[in-house]
Amino acid sequence: MNKNILLYGAILIFGLVAPFVFPAFKVQLSILCVLIVLATTWNIQGGEMGYNTFGNILFYGLGMYLCASVQVGMFFPLAEWTESGGEKTFVHTPTQFFQGMAAGLVVAAVVPTIVAGLIGYAILGLRGHYFAICTLGLGVAAGEISGGIEIIGAGQGFTTPPFPNVGGLEARGEFFYFLSFGALVLTFIAVRAIYSTRFKLILNAIRDNEDKAEAMGIETMKYKIIGWMVSAFFCGLAGGIMGGLVGYIDSTDVAFDGREMGVFMVLMAILGGKGTLWGPVIGATVFHIFKEGFWTFFLGWQYVALGILIVVIVIYFPEGIMGWLREKYPERFGEVVDEADRKAQVELK
Amino acid sequence: MDFMVFQYPMITVQACLDGILLGILFALIAYGMALQWGVMNIINIAQGDLVILGGYIAYFMYLYGIHPAWGVIVSPIIMYFVGVGIYKLVINKVVDRDLFISILATFGISILFMQLMNFAFGADVVLANSGYGTTFLFDSAVVLPNSKIFSAFVSIVFAIGLVIYMKKSKLGRAIRATAQNARAAKILGVDTEKVYAATFGLNAALCGVAGALISITFTIHPYMGLPYTIRSFMIVIVAGLGNLPGVAMSGMGLGVFEEFADYILGTEFRIGSVFLLLVLILVYRRFKLSRKREYLK
Repeated sequence: MNKNILLYGAILIFGLVAPFVFPAFKVQLSILCVLIVLATTWNIQGGEMGYNTFGNILFYGLGMYLCASVQVGMFFPLAEWTESGGEKTFVHTPTQFFQGMAAGLVVAAVVPTIVAGLIGYAILGLRGHYFAICTLGLGVAAGEISGGIEIIGAGQGFTTPPFPNVGGLEARGEFFYFLSFGALVLTFIAVRAIYSTRFKLILNAIRDNEDKAEAMGIETMKYKIIGWMVSAFFCGLAGGIMGGLVGYIDSTDVAFDGREMGVFMVLMAILGGKGTLWGPVIGATVFHIFKEGFWTFFLGWQYVALGILIVVIVIYFPEGIMGWLREKYPERFGEVVDEADRKAQVELK
Repeated sequence: MDFMVFQYPMITVQACLDGILLGILFALIAYGMALQWGVMNIINIAQGDLVILGGYIAYFMYLYGIHPAWGVIVSPIIMYFVGVGIYKLVINKVVDRDLFISILATFGISILFMQLMNFAFGADVVLANSGYGTTFLFDSAVVLPNSKIFSAFVSIVFAIGLVIYMKKSKLGRAIRATAQNARAAKILGVDTEKVYAATFGLNAALCGVAGALISITFTIHPYMGLPYTIRSFMIVIVAGLGNLPGVAMSGMGLGVFEEFADYILGTEFRIGSVFLLLVLILVYRRFKLSRKREYLK
């Protein structure tokens, strides 16, 4: 326990001083925070509940559009804003910007949660690969449809309000860093709290055998919907922050980007290890470092690299880093190992 | 939004005919998907990308002065080997595993193919001009390009040919045996590994035919693959595995639906409506089955 407090304290302190120690990496660190949030929330679905979804991108994109729309729409006519494209006739004052951002983030988190609750009953009745394909369809449909809606910029995109001119040059990066770091801390605390309750056991029961769980008297549908709503809440929040961070929202390339973000969150969770608390965090960090380190190296070939990476991870490394560690050092995961039994197993292999 | 459909009845005829001719092509792709799904229990997200790749083969023949209709012969031959190659490299490692693993792995292949095609062929929308002219029906109220009629005809020929091949040939029998019970087939001396490779190759070849026809009739673009995957998935789940007339019918139904969505909602919502229809069909089936306390398997 003491060790844990030390670890969390060290991470927290690192997180708080990081933007000042590595000022050049502020944006990268913010994106890393968002990625960890996405991977962790995907893990509630895919790892703990066993419902492998490609559709969390729906909530992410929804949150992104909602946050920006609220931020603009609270003070200015939204249609004129998107119509004017890059050349802005309206300028947010600092107060307006921060008020709008706060309200926008609340809406961006709450509305996807409600949406998840509403469609949950219909969608979560599907199982296995039908669920996966259905959510894939949902994500792509949302992208295609939002690309046809005029008021949020249709095909030409939506520029989010520029950061107001306060606090010097570094203010924008620091603001978004602490916003995303705050979201990360919030997510981690919430997920950790969830994982220490009976709720997590129910989710695991659903993953292991849904019919049996139902036969044991668990209202599986209720818990599946709650699990999905938790995912949606944090995905929406992450989307809202990412929208402001990127500064530009496009329907298929930024918001409902099933080809990048939608796959990234699955990949990160699998790389780190599905169904563990730390797996997605480690996976997202490793993936982000790999991505940033090699993306420029692979310039233009990054999708090729991504495709190969997916295939390799899925085929050769489906247990992830945590799964590998667990196999290697089972004692550290609180598993009691019979030494003789272990030796016998090694010999069998 | 456009209510021309209701004011001019001929547009309805046009949309129906277009949709049916298009739907036959979809059914051909869906047949390939049903084949591999039934035999290997794999859902191939890269299906659409194989179609597009097949289309580019025909397009390149057109660029080098060969009539693109020959692509219908050449493209499946090349695609067969591409399919077997993909099987040997990736699919044989995911065949017995969880379905989600195969979905994710083929998703990776799909992204890979998309980008490789983007590099090799450029990001432009292209089509191979067949120069077949057009047919006018009902005092020119209905316009049908002959290439569409040609492609529907070729699809039907290939589909019938494949059905006969599956019924009569030795490999066809082996494939059907493996689909029924892979273990029993293995015991009886069927080399299932070879059967799987051949199935995936056949599927890719079918995609090649469909792709060549699509490059003649419509347009192709490196990123247009995923909608074809979703369409074929949708057709297969509506018709069920191994139900060939059902595949043909639901393919045509989907084609007609798309043409009407195109006319009524506008072209920008065409792909979106296809994906939404998939969600609606799955949800409908889920509610229908949940009344009997069952779920889609």
